[in-house]
Amino acid sequence: MKTPQFTRPPGFSTHSNLSAADIWIFRSRRSLRVSWRFLRKWPVFPSLVLGALLISALFANWIAPHDPYAANLRARLDPPAWDSEGSFTNLLGVDHLGRDVFSRVIHGASVSLVITVVVISVSGVIGTILGMIAGYYGGLTDEFILRLVEMTISIPLLLIAMIATMAFGSSLQLLITVLALFSWPGFTRQVRAEVLRLRNMEYVQMSKVCGASTSRIFARHLLPNIVNTVIVLATLLVGSLILTESILSFLGAGVPPPRPAWGSMVSEGRDFLSNAWWIATFPGLAIVITVLGFNFLGDWLRDFFDPRLRQIR
Amino acid sequence: MARFVARRLLFMMVTILAVSVIVFSLSQVRGDPRLLLLDDNTSQEQWDAWGKEMGLDRPLPVQYLVWLGKAVKGDFGKSLWEQRPVTESILMRIPATLQLGGASWIFAMALGIPLGVLSAVKRGSFWDYVGRATATFGQALPPFWLGIMLLLFFSFQLNWLPSGRQGGLDHLVLPAITLGWLSAAGMLRLVRSAMLEVLDSEYVKLARCKGVSEWKVIWKHAFRNAVLVPLTYSVLILSGFLTGTVVTETVFSWPGLGRLTVTAINANDFPLMAGTVMFATFFFVAATFLLDLTYVALDRRIRYQ
Repeated sequence: MKTPQFTRPPGFSTHSNLSAADIWIFRSRRSLRVSWRFLRKWPVFPSLVLGALLISALFANWIAPHDPYAANLRARLDPPAWDSEGSFTNLLGVDHLGRDVFSRVIHGASVSLVITVVVISVSGVIGTILGMIAGYYGGLTDEFILRLVEMTISIPLLLIAMIATMAFGSSLQLLITVLALFSWPGFTRQVRAEVLRLRNMEYVQMSKVCGASTSRIFARHLLPNIVNTVIVLATLLVGSLILTESILSFLGAGVPPPRPAWGSMVSEGRDFLSNAWWIATFPGLAIVITVLGFNFLGDWLRDFFDPRLRQIR
Repeated sequence: MARFVARRLLFMMVTILAVSVIVFSLSQVRGDPRLLLLDDNTSQEQWDAWGKEMGLDRPLPVQYLVWLGKAVKGDFGKSLWEQRPVTESILMRIPATLQLGGASWIFAMALGIPLGVLSAVKRGSFWDYVGRATATFGQALPPFWLGIMLLLFFSFQLNWLPSGRQGGLDHLVLPAITLGWLSAAGMLRLVRSAMLEVLDSEYVKLARCKGVSEWKVIWKHAFRNAVLVPLTYSVLILSGFLTGTVVTETVFSWPGLGRLTVTAINANDFPLMAGTVMFATFFFVAATFLLDLTYVALDRRIRYQ
């Protein structure tokens, strides 16, 4: 597209003597400023991360250049592509068993995503319902649920998860159960606080007077008002869940071994730091980028839903 | 206040009891501990004798109560793996963990406080961006990966620092950074928001109007008031060290409590595992309790629940 030119009437002299280069600099500065504003306003980085994660999780079999379980011993410990000894067949190098690191990182995304999606749905539903009950009914029910929340928070999740793995053997189901058992209190606390505020609102009182059933009040008047909070909490929880899962996998109490999980990949690479740094580096990098992406997205959503909560800048 | 403390204390005990039930019942799933110690050609009499000695012939609830009764007195029995009283094993590892915890606490303070103050004072500047980036990354870095990357750069590539195990001060640097990183980020955030609040207050404005030098305003008027709350909490960062020590000690082969716990769990050594886990839980719950107390003591607006 041609940029519209400002044509001056003949004989009109400008007092500035801007060269074409100056104008170019001004224009590029302006476009930089515009794109910077765009970057600050919309969650570009989180969307990219989320998109990449979703695509690699859903289409891992098509994207990954190699089978994540296939051990090609001839390529064992080959460095990444940009190294002078590396090749483009194994983009991020090969691990100690001859498996392609890039393919394993991609497949690791699907494991992480499955775990987080299941854990968040289960704990989100349970936590929200308990929080609504606690906030709406108050009294002894509230007291009981609050104590349960505090007790769950003050139990060291990591140790219990490790003991449970020792007792039942490591499996995906066990990992998901343990994580879900310990992630609902965050939802309950926040939802309870919101419902405490909402239940005394006039429209809730009025609908009660009009004879609305409790389930109607919950579904029509309370839930739509807390759904934003729940979404923000869920997004922020993704990051910490991925971190917890990777810590557990690192300690050998998470995703069972042959399956590629980022945490256990780092743990495997630990023994090869002196001659194969890439085994431990890239899965960890994947964790960092994913967690950062979800944390940014959560912050952005919070600001989006409620600009009053915007952080002091 | 007294009623509040009493209720919290009671609640603390209930939590510890709950953990003890979980630990005990999970340990039963794995099966008879004699299977680990005795081989196939032990006679039935020997088998029974061991069972009697270990109290396995009694019903489970009784076994639990006996175990709990001893545990309250600090007696967790003998470790199957080390053949030594569990309490002794734990006590032996405490100094190493304390050393690591202390060093990382110092690191967290030394990084978090100055950067937090700087970030608040020069709000919106380059330093503020550095501070906020540090805080954001602190939350997103997996501690084990941070430790491994530090090892990779400073130990394997540059050869500046030793790669783990206890020794002189130089052995302490990398584990302390690994463990303290998360706390440093938390501290930075707390100090920054506290400083921002104080710098906006009337008395700081007055001090500036009086013509007090900027340095004095920041460090004498603002900082002294702002740092009280973060510093009190900083002691309680200790509860966050629980997860941290397990991971850090595993990465750096540090002979402390965290590594002992991992070893005990992996070796299926029930007495040792129960001892370390109960000890850690007690620590964790006590720290949470103290944190609640400080919240209330520092901020009267919080209702005693």
